[in-house]
Amino acid sequence: MQIYLPIAEISVNIFLILGLGGGVGFLSGLFGVGGGFLITPLLIFYGIPPAVSVATAANQIVASSVSGVFAHWRRGNVDIKMGLVLLAGGIVGSTVGVWVFAWLRSLGQIDLVISLCYVIFLGIIGGMMLLEATRAIFRTRRKGPIRRSKKHQHSFIHGLPFKMRFYRSGLYISALLPLAVGFFVGMLTALMGVGGGFVMVPAMIYLLGMPTGVVIGTSLFQIIFVTANVTFLQSVQTQTVDVALAILLLIGGVIGAQFGAQFGARLKAEHLRALLGLLVLSVCLKLLFDLVIEPDELYSIMPGDL
Amino acid sequence: MSLSARFIASICLSAFAVIATSTPMKRALADPLVVDLSNHLVAITTGFTGTDVLLFGAVQNEGDVIVTVRGPDQDMVVRRKERKVGIWVNAESARYKNVPAYYASASNRPMDIIAPQNILQDYRIGLDNQRFIAVSDNPDADQKVYRDALVRNMQNAGLFNQRPAKISFLSNQLFRTDIHFPANTPTGTYTINVYLIRDGRIASVKTTPLVVSKTGVSAEVYEFAHRYSALYGIIAVIIAVIAGWIASVAFRKR
Repeated sequence: MQIYLPIAEISVNIFLILGLGGGVGFLSGLFGVGGGFLITPLLIFYGIPPAVSVATAANQIVASSVSGVFAHWRRGNVDIKMGLVLLAGGIVGSTVGVWVFAWLRSLGQIDLVISLCYVIFLGIIGGMMLLEATRAIFRTRRKGPIRRSKKHQHSFIHGLPFKMRFYRSGLYISALLPLAVGFFVGMLTALMGVGGGFVMVPAMIYLLGMPTGVVIGTSLFQIIFVTANVTFLQSVQTQTVDVALAILLLIGGVIGAQFGAQFGARLKAEHLRALLGLLVLSVCLKLLFDLVIEPDELYSIMPGDL
Repeated sequence: MSLSARFIASICLSAFAVIATSTPMKRALADPLVVDLSNHLVAITTGFTGTDVLLFGAVQNEGDVIVTVRGPDQDMVVRRKERKVGIWVNAESARYKNVPAYYASASNRPMDIIAPQNILQDYRIGLDNQRFIAVSDNPDADQKVYRDALVRNMQNAGLFNQRPAKISFLSNQLFRTDIHFPANTPTGTYTINVYLIRDGRIASVKTTPLVVSKTGVSAEVYEFAHRYSALYGIIAVIIAVIAGWIASVAFRKR
């Protein structure tokens, strides 16, 4: 059954899009990730214009983060103060990002930048994840002691000004750090159509030193508002948010996530991380391959009234 | 829907045939060329996957017929990829004005047999005779290569036809052809020109408009997104928040 998407202006197979949302939802439930980094490239592979894919994915992530944050909220796993500081950086970053997006689009380089961002970030994150998970798998096999880093290591980070106390996380650090992390992740949301959890979660643990228990809830809390900001700004600036596409994706996504979460409970955590690492790397390789291989058609056209 | 349109069109056509065959002996048709469409409106609805419009007509005496369909003009940028540091990036570009968003032509015999080249050029009939005005950022660019790339891309998108379609004559006087509009047909007002050609000269021209527009829900969504874009953005966020909330309630772990 075909449905004509009002903003993307193409007709798509309704079951294929539902299945796409469901498949990514399954994976996001399985691995506990947002899935934005998978949905955007898949939409582009399917033939949805990249600009529409990125903006619509941001809209869909609003829904998936809202549904995820409630469980963490009830358990008190959201550091609201930290979330708000991250958010302040995120709002500025995503606003700048939407502006950069529109500028790159007029230059005809947006597709390239989207692809490059994906290759770089997916490559780094996927590689690290796979490496870390393989080590963990071997370590549990050898039953060796787990090396633990000291909680309060002092580095240049603790010399920065504007220190703030974050009670929920038990931290006393410069507000500049979470502001910078928020800004950077906000840029990624605008440029790549991702929630940015895959960058923010490691940054919160390793850079800010937050306890792992509050990391997911706090990042979800922040992602809701940043993706909402991106959805709004893309609607105003580029009119590329396709509500019909977003609704189809989130119906599939919500259902898929439930099955994924149930299935994931039966697998070991480090095996899950290794699988996710492999998945992330394969998306990265596919994108890299498309950039490096000589295309069949060297010329492309775009309507432009500039 | 298009079936019923087609049915009506075929009734029109047969009525036409009766009139056309019964009258000419007594009184010559006032008009040497009569043309109509099965539908003057192509409605892009939520279920739109492309459609055919039947063009039919009659000529007074024998002659050749060429049909051209031209969509609204737009500016187009053609970009060329080059390999830089190992990856393929958009490099040089050329810009064209007045590129039709859609172009198709049809004829009952090959066009170069029907009419001499200078006539086709003067009337801008056929893809080869479309003059795109280059407003290039890059005057050195090889215009022929870029123009060919533009046409090729439009053809691959299904918006320019690969080769002229066939016009079939039902008798010496009645003709018909199908004009195909793909799923990605751009909206706007299209101009359909029908040329009657005799002895290599244009004997008559008929022009008829065709409107392609979005209707129904998808049209309203598009219209709303462009006219009230801030409100649209807010609604998009609210829908997502509500959907996420419903999901968390529905699947709450007991």
